[in-house]
Amino acid sequence: MGNALEAIHIKKDYGNYTALNDVSISVPKGSVYGLLGPNGAGKTSLIRIINQITMPDEGHILLNGERLQPRHIENIGYMPEERGLYKSMKVGEQCIYLAQLKGLTTTQAKERLNYWFERFEIQDWWNKKLQELSKGMAQKVQFIVTVMHEPSLLIFDEPFSGFDPVNANRIKEEILKLRDDGATIIFSTHRMESVEEMCDHIALIHKSNLVLEGKLSEIKQHYRDRNYAVSLICENIDMAFQQIPSEFNPQPIVLSGLDHTLDVQIKIPKEVDVSIALNRLLQLGELTHFSEVIPSVNDIFIKTVQQHG
Amino acid sequence: MTFVSPVIFVGVALLIGWLTSINSDTTRKIAVLDQTDYDYAALFKEDDRSEYIHLVGVSKEAAIAASKKSDYYGLLLIEAREGQLATISFYSDDSPAQGFLESIEHKINQKATANNLEDAGINLTIIEQLTINKELQLQDFAGEKTSKMSGWIKIAAGGAAGYLLMMFIIIYGNMVMRSVIEEKTNRIVEIIVSSVKPIYLMIGKITGTSLAGITQFLIWVFVGFILMLVATTFLGVDAFSNPANADVMLQAQDMSKMELIFNDIAQLPLLKLLVCFFIYFMGGYFLYASIYTAIGAAVDNETDTQQFMLPVIIPLMLAIYVGFFSVMDNPHGTVAVIFSYIPLTSPIVMLMRIPFGDIAWWEIALSMLLLYASIIGVAMLAAKIYRIGILMYGKKTNWKELYKWLRY
Repeated sequence: MGNALEAIHIKKDYGNYTALNDVSISVPKGSVYGLLGPNGAGKTSLIRIINQITMPDEGHILLNGERLQPRHIENIGYMPEERGLYKSMKVGEQCIYLAQLKGLTTTQAKERLNYWFERFEIQDWWNKKLQELSKGMAQKVQFIVTVMHEPSLLIFDEPFSGFDPVNANRIKEEILKLRDDGATIIFSTHRMESVEEMCDHIALIHKSNLVLEGKLSEIKQHYRDRNYAVSLICENIDMAFQQIPSEFNPQPIVLSGLDHTLDVQIKIPKEVDVSIALNRLLQLGELTHFSEVIPSVNDIFIKTVQQHG
Repeated sequence: MTFVSPVIFVGVALLIGWLTSINSDTTRKIAVLDQTDYDYAALFKEDDRSEYIHLVGVSKEAAIAASKKSDYYGLLLIEAREGQLATISFYSDDSPAQGFLESIEHKINQKATANNLEDAGINLTIIEQLTINKELQLQDFAGEKTSKMSGWIKIAAGGAAGYLLMMFIIIYGNMVMRSVIEEKTNRIVEIIVSSVKPIYLMIGKITGTSLAGITQFLIWVFVGFILMLVATTFLGVDAFSNPANADVMLQAQDMSKMELIFNDIAQLPLLKLLVCFFIYFMGGYFLYASIYTAIGAAVDNETDTQQFMLPVIIPLMLAIYVGFFSVMDNPHGTVAVIFSYIPLTSPIVMLMRIPFGDIAWWEIALSMLLLYASIIGVAMLAAKIYRIGILMYGKKTNWKELYKWLRY
């Protein structure tokens, strides 16, 4: 499978400020691609270039292998972070207007909208003004507006912010379904738990530079650091904690537990074989838990950002 | 609001008419003390606004005290020296109207003069017969008669047109600015400009609102006219007349004068005024709305617009003042002419000059040309600010910043 989107050596300056410095990313078809980075890193600038709201100073974008052109806007759906629609306009009317902007005819728009309104069970909102709806309701409308022209590439900027857990889950399911139907999803967020759950590829932008990119599983593999979570039951917890060899660099997660349970995270040095370490732990008491701690996206994020100052 | 506004407008006019009529309902009591032998007091007879109480044989002080005690509106004191009229004074805690005081003076002076003439043995009837009172008749060189009010009619027509234009620019300019701010804070603008170029969005927005403005204007004029007609015909309240001008109206009851006034109105270049109103409205609105959109794009919320509003409001106010003072004083004066060419003020000032007639077609053409040429320039600058501003958040913008955006 090829790439749905490729950004090639993108550079963008605003006056003296460099928003993007030679950023290249490849978004594989059918992936959920997390675009991560602290506030002001350059995520929004990149998204705007993909949406053709602004032009890059250098470099270019390929969409399905083709140089990005104005007509491609029909293939892209974009949900901006600060969501909102026209407050005093009726829901149905503005959905049709926005669909027309994406190249749909009124009849097509009505058909698609009927489908989505039924799917979300919101048919009776059609003639309501947006200001009559709650925030969560308005966000559902916004979601529909983003996806109704069936774009092959969907860009969501902080899609779950402001959603209650039930609706956030609903939207998450819908996004995954869109992916299963063949769409490619780009997520821009700094909420790491949703990245963990949904993304299979990530890119980390920091201070206008791309500092990390790739398949999430491979990145995690790369960031494995021989950290293990251990639970032991032993008579004297304090003594056992002290006896854990200092080279394991133990970090207690919960130092006391129910009935003499010791929960601890250890780091096994490179020169020590895991099976040897395991044996030594067994000697301290009854081993109830032993597992590798895979670094979370959050850990990787913080570590990388710190590394790059 | 489109249809309701004229209704409200007519309603307020009727209310004012009605309030004025009850306001004049109460009669005021005025005491008159005449110390002369000529019975000036007889000049003051009861009318529907005033009731006169004639005091006889009391001193000045007693009269003042009595008037005050009885809570009279005022006391008219006609004092004599050696039986002749010496001074006239009016005592009141209120502020009597100028017209009322002048009418008292006029009545007494007229009678006193007549008395003097009679005393000197001059026959009043002969004087009356010999007195000449010719009225100056106004006409233009083509021999068309006009009334003395023609100047006022021209001022009213020009002033109304200029003032309306200013109101529409401010109302619709603000509307377009608010809509830019709304789209910006919504981020919906990002979705729109991914499909259309910012400049097209801006031009479309301005064109749309200006056409809405003209439609609304026509509806107002139409509905307002019909309502006024209905109100004056059926309700019997003369909402058109201004109570303060009652005297003028009385004189105007002379049918030939009324005819002259209507003739004057008909003489106004109404068609020219109407056509120019639309052209200047479109031009003036486009010019100012471009600035309004740029301001809307530069800020994050409406309160931040204040600092940028001055350059919009000052030329508008200047145009209105130049219109009401310089143009009224001399429609062809240097100031009036210059301001009717400057694009920011020309729509209002030229509209106010047009009713005074004899403005060469090339003057209007040049003024329009300058206006429409400057629109292109201003719109291009505004588009530059707009293009950047709509994507810029959370940053307080100032003039320096705007200048930087222009150079990107």
